[in-house]
Amino acid sequence: MLYREAGDFKTSYAADLQTFPIKSERILFWSFTAVAFLVVPFFINDYWEKSILVPFLVWSMVALGLNILTGYCGQVSLGTGGFMAVGAFACYKFMTAFPDLNIMICILLSGLVTAGVGVLFGLPSLRIKGFYLAVATLAAQFFLVWMFNKFAWFYNYSASGQISAPERSIFGIAVTGPNSAPWATYLTCLTIVFVFAWVARNLTRGRVGRSWMAMRDMDIAAEIMGVSPFNAKLSAFAVSSFYIGIAGALFFSVYLGAAEVTEAFGIDKSFTALFMVIIGGLGSILGSFLGAAFIILFPVLLKNLMVGYLGWPTDLAAHFQIMIVGGLIIFFLIVEPHGLAQLWRLAKEKLRLWPFPY
Amino acid sequence: MNARPDSSEFTGARDDGIAKGDTLLEVNNVSLSFGGVKAITDISFDIKKGEIRAIIGPNGAGKTSMLNVINGFYTPQQGTITYRGVPRRAMRTTDAARQGIARTFQNIALFKGMSTLDNIMTGRITLQKRNLLWQGLWAGPAEREEIEHRRTVEAIIDFLEIEHIRKTPVGRLPYGLQKRVELGRALAAEPSLLLLDEPMAGMNLEEKEDMSRFILDVNNQFGTTIALIEHDMGVVMDISDRIVVLDYGRKIGDGEPDDIAKNQDVIDAYLGVPHEG
Repeated sequence: MLYREAGDFKTSYAADLQTFPIKSERILFWSFTAVAFLVVPFFINDYWEKSILVPFLVWSMVALGLNILTGYCGQVSLGTGGFMAVGAFACYKFMTAFPDLNIMICILLSGLVTAGVGVLFGLPSLRIKGFYLAVATLAAQFFLVWMFNKFAWFYNYSASGQISAPERSIFGIAVTGPNSAPWATYLTCLTIVFVFAWVARNLTRGRVGRSWMAMRDMDIAAEIMGVSPFNAKLSAFAVSSFYIGIAGALFFSVYLGAAEVTEAFGIDKSFTALFMVIIGGLGSILGSFLGAAFIILFPVLLKNLMVGYLGWPTDLAAHFQIMIVGGLIIFFLIVEPHGLAQLWRLAKEKLRLWPFPY
Repeated sequence: MNARPDSSEFTGARDDGIAKGDTLLEVNNVSLSFGGVKAITDISFDIKKGEIRAIIGPNGAGKTSMLNVINGFYTPQQGTITYRGVPRRAMRTTDAARQGIARTFQNIALFKGMSTLDNIMTGRITLQKRNLLWQGLWAGPAEREEIEHRRTVEAIIDFLEIEHIRKTPVGRLPYGLQKRVELGRALAAEPSLLLLDEPMAGMNLEEKEDMSRFILDVNNQFGTTIALIEHDMGVVMDISDRIVVLDYGRKIGDGEPDDIAKNQDVIDAYLGVPHEG
């Protein structure tokens, strides 16, 4: 009897409003968190850090941000890569201009800068929606990448046009630069993602989240109910860009270490993020993580399986990997258009009644 | 502390300082046209505090346009709307909502991806004050505010007898229940003036009886003023205090149900006597 709500009575609204209303779910969540914080750092090595855990966490942050905008507020955005670049370059400028500033503060400030840029590019959403808005945000993507290439001030006039993260530490432990230990970068990313996933959950279950969803589901009715489209849409753009900016800052400073804007923050990043939220589940916090896991971790798993276990040649495995992932994306979208999060929800429904059909 | 709420906890209409029977809203010589199409021509009528005012008329008479003018969605080219003693022509819909004008829609306009509870909670959005930062923190003021509003919403859910579908996404509900949730969402705003656009369209007899009962209860218990568009003449004649009749954007009758039933213009409009000239 792994998953039961029998005997789990709610006697107050506070208890009913919990994120995980069912006890076994709470236990599962907290044990998972405990393992992530207390066990994994002791076993993590360079491969797990660079290829699996840190990219997964950073992309989860991107997916969270985009999910707030697209999943909760219904505004399609193709500017994610551009906003990540804003976060990365803001972080670089803060790190180099104020060498004594704590890296955490640099990252949070980059989020705020990106939020401002996001609001600016969110202004067209007050007039246009759907595909037209997607095209407008696409302009943001190209404009921002062009801007970071064009003006040398952004990359401190370096000859290569690259930005590279200097070494910065928290409590005397290096988290950026070549000397950072895998567990340190992992814990930095994990802490940020954990805190902001919790904030995202809080935002989406209260008044602000309802104003976003109302805007998504029926904008005219929402306006007549007293939801201001100006506040709802622009706050969604601001919060979403804040998340994506922080993710961009982490992507550059903690994960990549050095980046060139066209290569690191191109249009493909925008599409990757959009795939993540669609496959993971629009309008779901869990879905952001599942989507990031599917897009980032699944190919790694496949590669290890085919090259490492079956011993196939690398190029063959690479082609197979692309085909399998592509096929699975189509399969999932046909079987469950609401994403992996919905599959999880259905599985829970079934588990509640198991082994009885009704 | 968390005893089960009942509908007596919900006070319903906000106190707007207007005594029962005084004029709450006055429409003065309003005309509205879209390009060359005249939707409303020189219409005047008033709505008194605490009454059920029906607006009837054949299809295309301008009834829904009239509601859209009242809640600021359309701006009329001529005339003024005086609400709670303040005359105006143009108004933002969000301001109208803040001042206590709530409405339901002819074609259900619920938020399909959200649960019944969230839909009704959205009705209280103008009454919730905590900003983004408090909401992000959740613990403390934001949670307290949420619970306080949740109590009111539970009272409305109790009033409308929809406890069993509290957490169901509204997209999955049958039509009659969706209409009821929509009424709940409008009630949650504690409106001074409740605009109902065909609350009984497409319902069977039993559902109509239920809905009529809810409308009368809202009016009796909370003293909410209601403006109602409805095609079912039996219902209109039974529940409304006064009726405005529109035809081709003009007012052709105004009065109590008995007078309207005898009014020759109204009978002609409904039975389709050819217009002269």
